[in-house]
Amino acid sequence: MAPSAEIGLEQREDRDDLLAFRQGDQDAFEALFRRHQRVVFGWVLRIVRNAAAAEEIVIETFWRIYRAHARFDPARGFEAWARRIATHAAIDYLRTRRLEVELPVNLPAPAHLDPAITAEIRCKTAQAFAKLPATLRVAAVLAVVEERPQKEVAEELGISVTAVKLRVFRALRLLRKELERQGITP
Amino acid sequence: MKTIEQDRLKKLLQQALPAVNGDAEPSRDLWPSVLKRLNARPAPIPWFDWALAAGIVAVVAIFPAWIPVLLYYL
Repeated sequence: MAPSAEIGLEQREDRDDLLAFRQGDQDAFEALFRRHQRVVFGWVLRIVRNAAAAEEIVIETFWRIYRAHARFDPARGFEAWARRIATHAAIDYLRTRRLEVELPVNLPAPAHLDPAITAEIRCKTAQAFAKLPATLRVAAVLAVVEERPQKEVAEELGISVTAVKLRVFRALRLLRKELERQGITP
Repeated sequence: MKTIEQDRLKKLLQQALPAVNGDAEPSRDLWPSVLKRLNARPAPIPWFDWALAAGIVAVVAIFPAWIPVLLYYL
């Protein structure tokens, strides 16, 4: 089959599944889950930076998605909608785990490690960051660490670009205060 | 907060929270867990929640003047 014909078939299948999902069809929902779970998992992993937690949030996300099937608008696309629901599920998770300090032990080290920043400072920064409110953390992770465009972050969080800038500013200010409290001057 | 200071904090944060592989996949098939969650019956409301609700309704019915006080504390 020619690539364009394959894409056409895939789009038609996707559209059929979206329409059936909107009616509450569980088979169509499973097809959508299998097609989009990887993207949603990758997105959530970027936010919570913990693979086991990301898996639980993906389950929660798709449960919320199915419950909201009647409100889904096929014209707006499934993936963007799923990511938005996943973002809010991740925020809820971070709210409940706020006091736990999750260090990225199972994640790769940064590609360009700055020798001036010691492991101890990195660890204390991660701990200080974990103490910030969940909404500020998510905005900072997406906009600063993941370097996502602020417009995209605003869409995922359902807020304005100005509000994203404000949340990032507040996150950095609180992080600086917390680091200063620990005797670290950024 | 100055721009230079902000940039330093951003760099520090990027170093403390290394970028993750966005192409990573879940370690297991998550569909059975999603299905289990979909088919789970909602948790029953505990009896003391019903008792509390009944108590509030009774208080409001007997002492309507307390409604603003209750609303204030809610």
